[in-house]
Amino acid sequence: MDEKRCEGCNGVDVELEEMLHKYKQDKSNLIQILNEVQEYYGYVPEKAQKAISEYLGIPMAEIYGVITFYARFTLKPKGKYHVAVCLGTACFVKGSEQILERAKSRLGIDIGETTKDGKYSLEATRCIGACGLAPVFTVNDEVYGKATVKMLDEILDKIDSEV
Amino acid sequence: MKSLEEIKKIREEKRAELDLRVNTASNSREKHILVCHGTGCTSSKSPKIIENLRRIIEEKNVENVRVVQTGCFGLCAKGPIVIIRPEDVFYSLVKPEDAEEIIEKHIIGGEIVERLLCKDVDNSVVKKLDDLSFYKKQKRIALKNCGVIDPENIDEYIAFDGYKALEKVLFEMSPDDVIKTITDSGLRGRGGAGFPTGKKWEFTKIAEGDQKYVVCNADEGDPGAFMDRSILEGDPHCVVEAMMIAGYTIGANKGYIYVRAEYPIAVHRFQIAIDQAREYGILGENIWGSGFSFDLEIRLGAGAFVCGEETALLESIEGRRGQPRLKPPFPANAGLFQKPTLINNVETYANITKIILNGADWYASIGTEGSKGTKVFALGGNVVNTGLVEVPMGTTLREIVFDIGGGIPNGRKFKAAQTGGPSGGCITEENIDTPIDYESLKAIGSMMGSGGLIVMDDSKCMVNLAKFYLGFTVDESCGKCTPCRVGTKRLLEILERITEGKGEEGDIEKLEKLSRNIKNASVCGLGQTAPNPVESTIKFFRHEYEEHIKEGKCRAGECKALMNLWIDPEKCKGCGLCKRNCPANCITGEVKQPHVIDTSKCIKCGTCITKCPFHAISNK
Repeated sequence: MDEKRCEGCNGVDVELEEMLHKYKQDKSNLIQILNEVQEYYGYVPEKAQKAISEYLGIPMAEIYGVITFYARFTLKPKGKYHVAVCLGTACFVKGSEQILERAKSRLGIDIGETTKDGKYSLEATRCIGACGLAPVFTVNDEVYGKATVKMLDEILDKIDSEV
Repeated sequence: MKSLEEIKKIREEKRAELDLRVNTASNSREKHILVCHGTGCTSSKSPKIIENLRRIIEEKNVENVRVVQTGCFGLCAKGPIVIIRPEDVFYSLVKPEDAEEIIEKHIIGGEIVERLLCKDVDNSVVKKLDDLSFYKKQKRIALKNCGVIDPENIDEYIAFDGYKALEKVLFEMSPDDVIKTITDSGLRGRGGAGFPTGKKWEFTKIAEGDQKYVVCNADEGDPGAFMDRSILEGDPHCVVEAMMIAGYTIGANKGYIYVRAEYPIAVHRFQIAIDQAREYGILGENIWGSGFSFDLEIRLGAGAFVCGEETALLESIEGRRGQPRLKPPFPANAGLFQKPTLINNVETYANITKIILNGADWYASIGTEGSKGTKVFALGGNVVNTGLVEVPMGTTLREIVFDIGGGIPNGRKFKAAQTGGPSGGCITEENIDTPIDYESLKAIGSMMGSGGLIVMDDSKCMVNLAKFYLGFTVDESCGKCTPCRVGTKRLLEILERITEGKGEEGDIEKLEKLSRNIKNASVCGLGQTAPNPVESTIKFFRHEYEEHIKEGKCRAGECKALMNLWIDPEKCKGCGLCKRNCPANCITGEVKQPHVIDTSKCIKCGTCITKCPFHAISNK
């Protein structure tokens, strides 16, 4: 792998370098790599964009275009607790809007924002496929089905009381 | 690496071993505890149930019992679901702590755990899965193996005729034979548009190119649809096999499956399926000495609805923004990397192996004149039995919602059902007996779509629903065509005004005109169908739009600005449910006395309306 090292990788994290070298230097791998970077860092940091740009030979502007096109990629770090309320149709019909409104007013942030202390971030997701349990919301990887406003309050109360 | 003979041997031996999964009369001494490991049940802790069951079996040294993780059984509303075979006992709403009782009482004691049995809609207790009204009208073809086999075990797939269709195709059929069979079967694309599958295969076969590709569209973006996810989670090998058959037919040696990254379990299982198929030599070079080679790769989506459109999907696989291309040229001639490409949806592929094995006539005997076979629907919203259902084409919406779905919960009335998601339209009471197939749905202003079927009761405001869908398309419009990018935004703004009580005379006509323009002037299916929810709700619920605009009233009570909640003292029994559930603590009242809402503190969340068992709370 050593001889394959590209100049763009110099000075960036070892993890990032390893991530890049898992893929061939083929432009069609851009989204695969971004998915992995997003997963690892929780967002796509500028240093990663730069490294990818040099590795795949794609201009930064184009990479930025791709990142902002796809909902999964974010340019800002998420909070320690990432609250995502599903706004898929099944959840919407079962009243997930009320849960989202409550989350907004309680956390004092809008969709896509992170609280100043970095503790919470909020997202409205489109269908996670658990429609049979609608409405659902998630906090990090935990899925809460057949959710109510009260349930959200209880879970946030619990997180608040832990710290 | 396994030879064809070895595969056949696995099939024979495994099939005998697994007979108890499908044969209730099996005299096997073994029992299999099947636990649903689909996304729905996993969210309600089914992995923990599996873990507990296995631990207890080991601790108690119980013999002749096996715990199997399976794909989705369909009845998500009652999940997590556990089924014991061969006796076919169906346990619902199982909790991890129930594991001990299941082992002790059922497996060791041979007695049914009555309290975990499922209650049917008529409140009768049901022991067996097939006795549930939910399953009676269903016919499982695409979902045949879901809930029967362990999706992470290739041998179990092989046991139930797995890779037998591939064998038949490679050694007994020419590509033209395959195309004829698929064409004669009448199979049409299950992704929504309903293009005849045989034709698509034929076009790609005759297209000239040194390299061709087979692509599977698993970018199930329609919110509320999860059939493709369930197939990938419950029976991934059937998609691998069908893509290989497609490859052989059109002359492609490489396939890509484009899956949403939001479906981690599906991605994981599909990767396992690919790895196992490679290990067995089913994917690879010169498969079984037939001269045919094929390999498969997963490409992850990243959350863009428009990527479900086939050309946008190809752009995305190539690593770019998912913006649709102009057609023609069609993907059959210039698709992925500008090479001839066959793109089908997951559910379409899931039908292929069964058609090859059972013949075109068998498949064509199911369904209606123009729409053959079955369709899987994700039944959601205000219906008792939410979940996944597969029914023959031609089944009516009434049968799906009331017979299979168990009707509307909480004593409410059916108002409408939406098919086709953000591209579709609503079906109202007057059309509820329309047989569901591609043409009939189109005729009543909706569409088949990928299979999301959302039921709405009379507490839903149709203007608000249109607003919801437009909010979705505004977010998801890729921005290439101005009429879609800007037009949907303007539609949304008008709808927002109406739901805020600021509607003006002439708004409905404006919506109608703009809708027509967007449809006529957009390149891809997303733009061409984006106004459908608006047009359809205006068509069937014009009076609701007019009420919002002229009377400042939302009869469903969903539009907050037009909301003024009150409790009817005549109907209120003073049970206190509303008070306990009110997040703003603005309801007061003594037990058994009519309660009152302090409207100055009310946040108009509507929780009390949904909680009141006496329908005493409404919008004044």
